[in-house]
Amino acid sequence: MTRPAARRKERYEWNVVFWAYVLIAPTIIGEGLFALWPLVQSIYLSFTSWGVFGQVEWTGGANYARLLDDPEVYSALRNTIVISVASVAGTVSIATLLAVLLNVGVRGTSLYRVLLFLPVVTMPAASAMVWKWIFNGDLGLLNGALSVIGIDGPSWLTDRATALWSIVIVTIWNEIGIGMIILLAGLQGVPRSLLEAARLDGAGPIASFFFVTLPLLTPTLFFVVVTSTIGAFQMFDAIFLMIGPEGYALDSAQNLIFLFYKEGFIIGDKGYAAAIVLVLFLIIAIVTAVQFWLQKRWVHYG
Amino acid sequence: MNARKTTINPGHIAVHAVLIVVSVIMVIPFIWMVLTAFKSLGESTAIPVQVFPSRLRWENFSELFAQFSFGTMYMNTIIATVLRVTAQLTFAAMAGYAFARLRFPGRDVIFAILLSVMMIPPALYLIPKFLLMTQLGWVNTLQGYVVPGFTSAFGTFLMRQFFKTLPEELSEAAKLDGCGPVRTFVWIMLPLAKPGLIAFGSFATLWSWNELLWPLIILNSPDKMTLSVGLANLEGEYVSEYPTMMAGALLAVMPMIAMFFFFQRQFIEGIALTGSKG
Repeated sequence: MTRPAARRKERYEWNVVFWAYVLIAPTIIGEGLFALWPLVQSIYLSFTSWGVFGQVEWTGGANYARLLDDPEVYSALRNTIVISVASVAGTVSIATLLAVLLNVGVRGTSLYRVLLFLPVVTMPAASAMVWKWIFNGDLGLLNGALSVIGIDGPSWLTDRATALWSIVIVTIWNEIGIGMIILLAGLQGVPRSLLEAARLDGAGPIASFFFVTLPLLTPTLFFVVVTSTIGAFQMFDAIFLMIGPEGYALDSAQNLIFLFYKEGFIIGDKGYAAAIVLVLFLIIAIVTAVQFWLQKRWVHYG
Repeated sequence: MNARKTTINPGHIAVHAVLIVVSVIMVIPFIWMVLTAFKSLGESTAIPVQVFPSRLRWENFSELFAQFSFGTMYMNTIIATVLRVTAQLTFAAMAGYAFARLRFPGRDVIFAILLSVMMIPPALYLIPKFLLMTQLGWVNTLQGYVVPGFTSAFGTFLMRQFFKTLPEELSEAAKLDGCGPVRTFVWIMLPLAKPGLIAFGSFATLWSWNELLWPLIILNSPDKMTLSVGLANLEGEYVSEYPTMMAGALLAVMPMIAMFFFFQRQFIEGIALTGSKG
């Protein structure tokens, strides 16, 4: 009898192997050249310093030392965390509520689904224009509405106390649709027989939601929380478009990605920018690992 | 059928009430965009707020094309999106099929590396990608903008998952009929993969059309810019020309909204598919 390993090797058909490599070649070249190699280079760049005339100098851990000492990094880190936690909490809770309501199956459900999903397909550069105006202190729709009930609203995007929260609102508005659709698919996977059994056991709709539906939805919720957290940590568009590199309230709203963009492409310190984005990557990796570690506390796999 | 008979269900009324309120809030920015695009400047900044334009001012749109190279930006966006989506679909389908259905040395290791690319924040590639483009002399060119986006790790993953769901017997039958791996792919697997291709194609189109950060970095003259970057600039130039800006925003979002209406089912199923297989 031949050894299994040797047998497996013999089973390659060289004609197939040749075509397989041809078929994957463009993807491997593309991802290698524009993803894997840049990753290696970013690590190298983070140990260098960039002069005014583009000369590159190896500076060891100087960028990382500077980063640990830079108050702007700490405030950007704080903003990153606040934006992520608030927008993920807002998105997931509203998306869950909407998914549950859509799952009831009232008439017009598909119309609601389309309307609620619309922000997802909208170009951020276009919607940010409207939002910027809605948030405008003097002419804005929001303050116009607030003045009706006698509240004198702030200049949302230039006020250091509200700029960050305006960004959170727009992010939630943007992300709800995706979470809602995924959660709706998860809800539709809850077996009707279980809900029927709960009903026969005397559980009302609220009890069966909390004791049957919600536990069965936790794997989907976990997926939505993990992916939207990863996305929220990298949020850039709304900050750039609504507050901008020269915004008054920028330091109270800019996150690490924005600081990376500013250092790398406006100031031109590419080494320092590379160090910032690598630290962000490390933070995202740790947060994701912690979420996976915590999942056994609350996620039920059937 | 039975549900229709129960005419008034108080629970359903509550559901409608919440859904209507949330839907209106979600749609207000669009409504405002449309209304403002047809207003005069005075109407758009009137206090108290004037909701409806006194008449439809189509000249706000012609203004865009006349005073601002909006037509060029529109064309740039269309060309870039078509090129990128075509390339991504082709290459992702090819590689997805190979990873799902062909046996070759190193397959699982290479696929695992591709998956890990999906976990890395795209911002990590930006600086080296930009430096590479500088070396090639591709800064502020169409090829500099589109070529790095010709492949997609996510698309490859999605297409692989899709090809895996197709029955194995099909490719075996094709093989017995003397089809090689390429003919099986092109004539048997690809036509069956149409729903997967449409789902990934609509995502890829949406991302390409709406993308901001990469074109912002690589394109810097108005004749090369895409709509995303152009609109961000338009804001700087015409700070308070709200109607013109909203007309531009409206024209920029229309194609994606139309696409969404057209491929709604595939789009939503595609999201659900990535969600459940994630």
